Amino acid sequence: MSESVGKKNAKLAKTLLVIAVAMFGFGYALVPIYDVLCEWKWIERDRPDDIKKVPEVAYEVDLSREITVEFITMLNESTPMEFRAEKKQIKVHPGEYNTVNFYATNKTNKDLLARAIPSFSPAVISSYFEKIMCFCFDEQIFKPQETKTLPMRFTINPKLPKEYNTITLSYTYFDNTEKSVKK
Amino acid sequence: MSAVVDEHDHHADDHHDHGPAKGILRWIVTTNHKDIGTMYLVFALAMFFVGGAMAMVIRAELFEPGLQFVDPAFFNSMTTMHALVMVFGAVMPAFVGLANWQIPLMIGAADMALPRMNNMSFWLLVAGVLLLASTLFMEGGAPNGGWTLYPPLVLQPITVGKALPFAVFSVHLLGISSIMGAINIIATITNMRAPSMRMMDMPLFVWTWLITGFLLIAVMPVFAGAVTMLLTDKFFHTSFFNAAGGGDPVLYEHIFWFFGHPEVYIMILPTFGVASTIIPIFARKPLFGYASMVWATGAIAFLAFIVWAHHMFTAGMPLAGELYFMYATMIIAIPTGVKVFNWTATMWDGAMTFETPMLFSIAFVVLFTMGGFTGLMMSIAPSDFQYHDTYFIVAHFHYTLVPASIFMLMAAGYFWLPKWTGHMYNEKIGQLHFWLSAISVNILFFPQHFLGLAGMPRRIPDYAVQFADWNMISSIGGFIFGASQLLFLYIVIDTVRGGTGEKVTDEVWEDAAKHGLEWTLPSPVPYHTWTTPPAIVPTEHVLDSH
Repeated sequence: MSESVGKKNAKLAKTLLVIAVAMFGFGYALVPIYDVLCEWKWIERDRPDDIKKVPEVAYEVDLSREITVEFITMLNESTPMEFRAEKKQIKVHPGEYNTVNFYATNKTNKDLLARAIPSFSPAVISSYFEKIMCFCFDEQIFKPQETKTLPMRFTINPKLPKEYNTITLSYTYFDNTEKSVKK
Repeated sequence: MSAVVDEHDHHADDHHDHGPAKGILRWIVTTNHKDIGTMYLVFALAMFFVGGAMAMVIRAELFEPGLQFVDPAFFNSMTTMHALVMVFGAVMPAFVGLANWQIPLMIGAADMALPRMNNMSFWLLVAGVLLLASTLFMEGGAPNGGWTLYPPLVLQPITVGKALPFAVFSVHLLGISSIMGAINIIATITNMRAPSMRMMDMPLFVWTWLITGFLLIAVMPVFAGAVTMLLTDKFFHTSFFNAAGGGDPVLYEHIFWFFGHPEVYIMILPTFGVASTIIPIFARKPLFGYASMVWATGAIAFLAFIVWAHHMFTAGMPLAGELYFMYATMIIAIPTGVKVFNWTATMWDGAMTFETPMLFSIAFVVLFTMGGFTGLMMSIAPSDFQYHDTYFIVAHFHYTLVPASIFMLMAAGYFWLPKWTGHMYNEKIGQLHFWLSAISVNILFFPQHFLGLAGMPRRIPDYAVQFADWNMISSIGGFIFGASQLLFLYIVIDTVRGGTGEKVTDEVWEDAAKHGLEWTLPSPVPYHTWTTPPAIVPTEHVLDSH
């Protein structure tokens, strides 16, 4: 093997190593790229940042349709709480306003900072489900053993495509005491 | 890095006289591509049996409904570890081993381009796999959230115990090892070819490995990044995948499958290379459509990067996304079809004989095509919702991995062992091994299509009674398949120790020297080869492209 082949090998190896390191960076670059794609609605996602409070609009109530809205309440991992909805499901007409109460209890003897994250099924519903008021807009501080009543006021945009008759809305409470997003 | 190369250069001149060092140190410090290739292959074979033993635990538990032998958490550890061990411990290292042995022989190079890095990548592999295996003995057990390590499941204490950081560091080591291996292979192919060998003269095995090398460099770092994010989410309060902190678990699926889909081609492209080497020799014809084989390999590798989300049709995507990933995935059938038709056309009208390597190759063409067709079925987004996470997908990817990658690794063993050792393997036992494997692999995996279509989910230790019959049949096939592989172990050991005693010629197989440089060397292959590059390279395999 001549000297020049050795040099060529080392040079090529360095170039390839740079590509490998760049691809490691690309993996991380996918995180902001994903955010942008979600913003452009290429990927649908429910996220705290995406949940916008919608002003109350007077829709014409569509009495000809009845939509079943189901509520699921969950706790992430070992979040030390109790969490339930006032009703398991309600029937609503598109365009009318409803308020549903949720109840959450801190079962520890310490202050707890918790955050509820919503999720819709089917996912496409999220753009028609308009929330005027929701406990999921913010983190809540629970005093030891405190129970809070958490209202959620919403309407369903009458433009909701005809094929959807049942909406499932699930809330998951996360214990955010350690990693609050509140700066 | 240049220091390493210079040192090798310095010694290169006086290398050709002396053989291997004596004793155990030979294997620890060796920079010889044949020694390192052997170590990779032996290690991969050992891991094949470790991963296989885990598969036996899975099939034993699923033999009947109900919980018989293991608890569910351990069962889930077995499915997770079986996949990780087979992918990163068996199939990938086995192909790197073949590359180490064969690429320098095939292109007329004295050794790999970066021999000392070659040694290091092997020992990092061993360290990585041992680290992974150590999690089996930890409190809480080995990872059991599936080999894809999806959050939030994999981050929850009940599914990781203390194992997660060890699994992540193991992935880092395995990643570094395979990236170094890939750099080495690319450098060898690019710079070390015999002067008379042009790119389009290279044997297909060399071509497929060149392209695989680029896939490895492009995606292994992305996987390393994804698992690093898991690690920081778990221990350093980042929120890449944590919804409460503004992250999104679906992001992980995108990053993972950006790696994961090219990864499955990393395991199949060298398989194609081995098939393209073996079939022409036993059909006694040049490979049909050499140039189209090269372009098809490149096309498959390119498509690998733009189809990842077909693994996650059910995760939530806009309709346009579902359609794009559906059609893009279907396009892969075209270059793959080119390959299957080329192998078939190579056999067409050939003077075929059916020695064990050829039998495995023919079974590969047939059974891999079946695995490809079920892949097409799942590429159809609306029907994928039915198959997703059922035994149908298990059947699909096992058809593309076991009777494809594993069969061609077996074929490669039978095909090149006589060359490497100078001894002929026992053809009778080889044929017995083939027929037992080819029949039992279908008993094992074919019923899983039915189970999946009927709705049996994957990764469960217990199931509804209507799935009992096919599961029992599948398990019986699994036990026969597992036991038959011991024949392969026997044959390998027997061949190394003298085999049938029949002296093999330099060519080993009839007219093989027309097909590749390695068959012009003596059998067994001397410790140092091609210290002066060959003057003429055989181009029989590329005849129809010139």
